[in-house]
Amino acid sequence: MALSKEAQTKLLFANAEGRDLTKLAEYQNIGGYKSLKKALKMKREALLDELLTADVRGRGGAGFPMGRKASFLPKSEESVKPIYLVSNADESEPGTFKDREIIARLPHMYIEGCAIAARVIGANTAFIYIRGEYLTEFEILRDALEEAREAELVGPNVLGSGWDLTIVVHRGAGAYICGEETALLESLEGKRGQPRSKPPFPAISGVYASPTLINNVETLATVPKIIEIGGAEYAKLGVENSRGTRIFSLSGNVVNGGNYEVELGTNLRELVYDIGGGIPEGRELKAIIPGGSSVPVLTADEVDTALDFDAMAARGTMLGSGAVIVMDDRCCMVQLGLRVAQFYMHESCGKCTPCREGTRWMVSILRKIEEGDASQGELDLLLSVCDRILGNCLCPLGDAAAMPVASYVAKFRDEYQRHIDEGGCPFRGESTLDRVMAPVDQHHARIRAEIEVPA
Amino acid sequence: MAPSTLYDEIQELASRYPQPRSAVMPALRLAQERHGWLPPDAFREVGEALDLTPAYCKAVASFYDMFHLEPVGRHMIEVCTNISCALVGAQQVLEAFESELGVEAGETTEDGEFTLRTIECAGGCGYGTVVSVDHRYREPVRPEDVSGIVEELRDGAE
Repeated sequence: MALSKEAQTKLLFANAEGRDLTKLAEYQNIGGYKSLKKALKMKREALLDELLTADVRGRGGAGFPMGRKASFLPKSEESVKPIYLVSNADESEPGTFKDREIIARLPHMYIEGCAIAARVIGANTAFIYIRGEYLTEFEILRDALEEAREAELVGPNVLGSGWDLTIVVHRGAGAYICGEETALLESLEGKRGQPRSKPPFPAISGVYASPTLINNVETLATVPKIIEIGGAEYAKLGVENSRGTRIFSLSGNVVNGGNYEVELGTNLRELVYDIGGGIPEGRELKAIIPGGSSVPVLTADEVDTALDFDAMAARGTMLGSGAVIVMDDRCCMVQLGLRVAQFYMHESCGKCTPCREGTRWMVSILRKIEEGDASQGELDLLLSVCDRILGNCLCPLGDAAAMPVASYVAKFRDEYQRHIDEGGCPFRGESTLDRVMAPVDQHHARIRAEIEVPA
Repeated sequence: MAPSTLYDEIQELASRYPQPRSAVMPALRLAQERHGWLPPDAFREVGEALDLTPAYCKAVASFYDMFHLEPVGRHMIEVCTNISCALVGAQQVLEAFESELGVEAGETTEDGEFTLRTIECAGGCGYGTVVSVDHRYREPVRPEDVSGIVEELRDGAE
């Protein structure tokens, strides 16, 4: 355990231990809102330069450099339309729970980051789109915002600077797709959360058809630190193309599940074994999902991989949202594929045919394989369906189903083959994911009951 | 003066946004809190307050899992069965609730007290199994905790 503390490089969660940083006074005791004061005295170009020098990449999943994204927006004084900041707090990629902890424990750091980012782009209004299920976190954020307003850290004439900033917290209502930035904007405008065609990109035409910068919670919570220590100092942390620290959400068959902030480039083995305490009950490691359920899987042999964007790309996978899901040797990879496909089928918005129909086909074929009713040709059909989804939709949700499932078949082909050859699951009911009831199954069960039992 | 009617409260919500239509989700949430679910009347009320058709409001509501288009129990028990929770026994937790309440996932008890359903990833993956009870997370929940949770809700229901 001693090693686990040393192994962590804390930036966001530095000084957070034993303090209630949800309170403004406590946050100010550790230097809170000093970066905002500093930022208000700096020119916007200089602020943007710090973000560009820091080379901080988005922490939501896509990993796009934050400074560059901000630089795509028109200058506020030249824009005929108002400029908006939107923060994506609709965390819902399976395995991810870091933004929730940031909001629950560091709400002021997050608000300060929102304020500085809004200042960079010259916005007077920021929207925080927080997932509807995060009720407790919403309340913490709302109370922190109220405290910040009373202290004139947000609101009219921020700290006497003459600059106004309104922050509106908008609650979602249960839809994974709203984590996709254009679906989020649609939802924020009061519509069904269906992705838009890009271009135009949000930097040009975002919410209310106005220039909009969209950033993840963790990305924005990092901004005060960057301004405090300077972009150049921040960029010394981590490795090339993956600067700074990241909060990894560790879950599944691991002793110490939880969020851990470590320097980018830390070895995945260290996270799982030294920090996470390894696999419980003396079981064997089988597979690891390194970046949320939408990314391709790593086998136990690939655990020695650095947690950085390039190292993961070299393994054919992604760092994604930083959600590390660990599976031990009791996990059936066909059941894993089925459960992942069921999730994306449930969450498909239905706009693009390959995703809407393809995820349904994936579920249907995977169920046949699991139940031992699939022919050899249907395994090929599954891969063909995945291939036809990939790259053929407006947003990445379809890809998020196809990529991981194709990787399970590629890396655990023998296991898929055994289901076909043996006419059923070789785990014989002993898999950890056996018979798991997904929401798609539950809805279908109810509809069937309604049809069979007339009033 | 504190706003009192649903109409007034929705107007107040709409004033926070550059375009009032943005208030449709918070307005639906308010209406659902009043009715317990979203009956046809709720869509008329929200539509009238925001100058939208009831059909539009229903179309929006039907997109999101947290809006209920049919009556639900007074208590909502939602068990996450996504991968991280499933790996550490979510199905066993769900089955414990099913046997304790005498309903299957997706159903409401006959007395209208409890709705039990499974949900997709709730965002508590490192502390599974996550169960959301009346929108507050309990984590981790093990099968042996289930009867205590149900008992607590029944006691509080008197």
